[in-house]
Amino acid sequence: MNLTKHLAGVMIASACLCVPALAQTKLTMWYHGAGNEVESRILNQIISDFNTSQSDWTVSIESFPEKSYNDSVAAAALAGNLPDILDVDGPIMPNWAWAGYLQPLPIDESEFADFLPGTKGVWDGKLYSVGLWDAAVALFARQSTLDELGLRTPTVDKPWSSEEFMAALDAAKASGKYEFALDLGMNDQAEWYSYAFSPFLQSFGGDIVDRSTYRTAEGALNGEAAQAFGKWWQSLFTGGYAPGTSEDPADQQTGFINGKFAFQWNGNWRAVETMKAVDDVVFLPAPDFGAGNKIGAGSWQFGVSAKSKYPEGAAEFIKFAAQDKYLAAFSDGIGLIPPTPSAAQMTKNYKDGGPLAMFFDLSKAQALVRPVTPGYVVQAKVFTKALADIANGADVADTLDAAVDEIDADIESNGGYGHQ
Amino acid sequence: MASKLTLSNRTGWTFALPGFALIFTFIVLPFFFAIGLSLTNQRLLSPNPTQFVGLENYRQLLDFAVVTLEPERNEAGEVVRDEAGEIQYPRLRAITRSDDHPQYRGMREWFRWQSGENVRVVIANDVVFMKALVNTFLFVLVVAPVQGGLALMLALLINQKLRGISVFRTIYFMPVVVSIVVVSLLWRFIYDGQNGLLNSILQGLSFGLFQPVDWLGEPSTALPAIMAMSIWQAVGFHMVIWLAGLQTISPTLYEAAAIEGASKWQTFRYVTWPGLRNTAVLVLVVITIQGFALFAQIDVMTNGGPRDSTQTLVFQAVERGYGKQDISGGSTISVILFAIVLAISLIQRWLTRER
Amino acid sequence: MAFDPDNYGLRLFVRYLVLCLIALIFIFPLVFMINSSFKPDNQLLADTSSLRAFVPVGDISLNNYFGAFRRAPVGLFVLNSVLVTGATVLLSLLICSLAAFSFAFLRWKGRDVVFSIVIATLIIPFETIAIPLLLLVSKLPWIGLEGLQWGWLNTYRVQIIPWIADGLTIFLFVQYFKGLPGELIEAGRVEGASWWQVYYRIVMPLSGPVLATAAILKFLVMYNQYLWPLIVVQQETYRPVMVGLGYFFQLNVAWGEVMAYLTLITVPVLIFYLFLQRAFIASIASTGVKG
Repeated sequence: MNLTKHLAGVMIASACLCVPALAQTKLTMWYHGAGNEVESRILNQIISDFNTSQSDWTVSIESFPEKSYNDSVAAAALAGNLPDILDVDGPIMPNWAWAGYLQPLPIDESEFADFLPGTKGVWDGKLYSVGLWDAAVALFARQSTLDELGLRTPTVDKPWSSEEFMAALDAAKASGKYEFALDLGMNDQAEWYSYAFSPFLQSFGGDIVDRSTYRTAEGALNGEAAQAFGKWWQSLFTGGYAPGTSEDPADQQTGFINGKFAFQWNGNWRAVETMKAVDDVVFLPAPDFGAGNKIGAGSWQFGVSAKSKYPEGAAEFIKFAAQDKYLAAFSDGIGLIPPTPSAAQMTKNYKDGGPLAMFFDLSKAQALVRPVTPGYVVQAKVFTKALADIANGADVADTLDAAVDEIDADIESNGGYGHQ
Repeated sequence: MASKLTLSNRTGWTFALPGFALIFTFIVLPFFFAIGLSLTNQRLLSPNPTQFVGLENYRQLLDFAVVTLEPERNEAGEVVRDEAGEIQYPRLRAITRSDDHPQYRGMREWFRWQSGENVRVVIANDVVFMKALVNTFLFVLVVAPVQGGLALMLALLINQKLRGISVFRTIYFMPVVVSIVVVSLLWRFIYDGQNGLLNSILQGLSFGLFQPVDWLGEPSTALPAIMAMSIWQAVGFHMVIWLAGLQTISPTLYEAAAIEGASKWQTFRYVTWPGLRNTAVLVLVVITIQGFALFAQIDVMTNGGPRDSTQTLVFQAVERGYGKQDISGGSTISVILFAIVLAISLIQRWLTRER
Repeated sequence: MAFDPDNYGLRLFVRYLVLCLIALIFIFPLVFMINSSFKPDNQLLADTSSLRAFVPVGDISLNNYFGAFRRAPVGLFVLNSVLVTGATVLLSLLICSLAAFSFAFLRWKGRDVVFSIVIATLIIPFETIAIPLLLLVSKLPWIGLEGLQWGWLNTYRVQIIPWIADGLTIFLFVQYFKGLPGELIEAGRVEGASWWQVYYRIVMPLSGPVLATAAILKFLVMYNQYLWPLIVVQQETYRPVMVGLGYFFQLNVAWGEVMAYLTLITVPVLIFYLFLQRAFIASIASTGVKG
């Protein structure tokens, strides 16, 4: 940062807080965090820091409720009404980039060399978006539960095998102390299923779509590995290990804390709150079902809309926001994983020996981004329905076949989504 | 009555024009646009050019066929049976995913029935749509008469002169006031299979004999559960419409009936009911329309599950049009819904025409 | 009708008992909502499985209300919704009743075709025309204080004007008007009243119940608007209450604040309903008309 520019910015800002400086160009930005006080506070801080740090740009923010954010953006895109800087969910990014609503970041990827892979949105060989944090999923458990049931504590290097995992569930079920051995959060049928459960499928050796071509799901989602996954998945519900799709929303939020469940498959955004309520909570890595242990990666990221006339200004802001101190502030505020090792050391939860440090390792070791394709939006929906149906007793092979047919038909009708 | 009046073109148009112009601009025009979309492959977000595809979207939704499955036979040609004596059939997959039958490719089982030793399977290109179609009609057929009837009973109950009756009228209206989204959230707690309020109450009333039911988790109970909640939620509104209708019946008619010593039932049958004819049409139309538009309850409570037992047409139209970005497919569903309802009302009008 | 005095008391008791039992079935969501709004999240969720959900017990406080106001501009959302809803209801009553008057009482060329079209629109669920409508309003012109502008996005008018006229409201009025004694209208015409005077002086004063019904119907539709404002309004300044509800559904849902918010936003609906209460029972009899 140029010193005179910096000084000038401070002077302008302190001299006339109310009057916008004439030289500054206004950039608009949309964000998904309306109603989230902590996120809004940190982001507003970054924006005001940025606005006073230089004299070329002022960023103004419009926040939207998260659950309807994508719909708002799609509608605005249709009506030709997008802002300069767009907040985009990692797995959705290829869809927006393909549809022409984003432009590649005019920033060299080397600027983000030490960022976790899940925080970088790359489509068609170009960097489109960068995240200020990543999220991870782990198996929440109590140390006391593990001790009582006589279970080995799995590690990232030596996770539970499929047999060990099922034995743990059996032990929890046999103890008779829990309503269910495992809570999967089945009531949330938004994007949670594909984020949280497709890594199980990948650990079995299957996938939502064939990643070598992205032109078909045949074999990936209905091959032998996927069939084995489907049977295992169904057994969780027919065997009474986990509550099904009709689980009430309260249980997912308080069930583990209140001791209704022995284990809970949950995201690290719940970790801080759970630690407050459960002293001896431990976060265990995903089991290995044969093809390695996997969890999903990729969270919210910043990109530049295609319509923006000032991509260089938007890029300035994104680079500014990606400083370690802000990454650390977000992590401390909302409990998510900071993207860089240096930022991690500045946080209370992710520094070496911090209570959530293992999530950083998890993200590095296990994380696999969701299929990088514009078709993911539809594929996630199809996958969600297939898993819900199987959980509710539908025939595994037929259901997976139907899902493959639907995904393939969708890819076909979209001309292959730009994959050659 | 209008026929007795003179022709008044100018006034007629002037009075009707503002309303008609608004409806035409903001409902009819967009709907024509939606019909146009249903004939193309338009996506919500896509860089690909839009192509005219004719009736392909309609074929995708409506196509179905009947195939016959013959029992599996062993080498001796005998029918294979399992331990329970059930005849074993080959999997449908063997037909729908085989290159011998390209015409059935991608089709799925909708339902099947036994025909001698063979099984006949109706397979459809879009089973989810078919189920949505059936569920939607089932919903309307059950909810319209039950809700309308209960609302009338409530209206008659509330239409008496008692101290504090307006308090009750307000209370009965309460569920209407609370947004359907909120009501649906609340009923998820009530219908919960583990420790839901409904199960607790039923167990209490039956002294523990009642086995808890996972109301929204079982394909057989999910749709009835949503029907019950929907009836409960909107019955107060229709009570108010009936009530407005009751007010239009002249008290002199009741006085006359009382003088002639008519029983309560006779009064209802010969005074009240004939006076409510227009209201009855209105109530039925409103319930039917709301029934066909069933969406929020599904969206909040079941997402169409378990196993498609609560799929509905509008839910599918939204799921496809927005969720899956298939705006032409979503539009096609709404055009089909429109065509069906229009056909029904035309038939119904023809049947009840004044002869 | 003559009653045996002893019997009368008993019958009255039974009547009230029946009314009260039915009331119980209908009141509980509101009771649940209000009670829950005073409870902390953990207790609220634990209580949902028992009748405790309907009584204000345990750790009762106003914290959820303070939390709700901190989280979202509740006042602004309610104001926006009331403004949009109020304007739409008033305009709708006028424009739809005029159209219905024309359909019910006047004879004009093209009437049956126009009426058929209006009725056919009843069948179109809004969700299915939302996107075409969005594309339309994003290109419509408007002449305001700043001169000619193109595009209606991010305004109040985009939330009001498309919703003023609808087939159902018109149908509601038509059905009611058909039930009115026809001699009245003819008498008015014979006495030399213009059609506007017939509408304004004769028909409207008799239309209390239907005006109240139409107003309530429209009010509920407008106040619960979600999809439409979501796609045509990007600025918080114009956001209505149901879109605002999204502020409370974070990854960790603050159920207590949700209930507090819902309680707050239900107040205007209740006031509106209580205000219209009297119109429902303003019967033909009270206006001195005999059928």
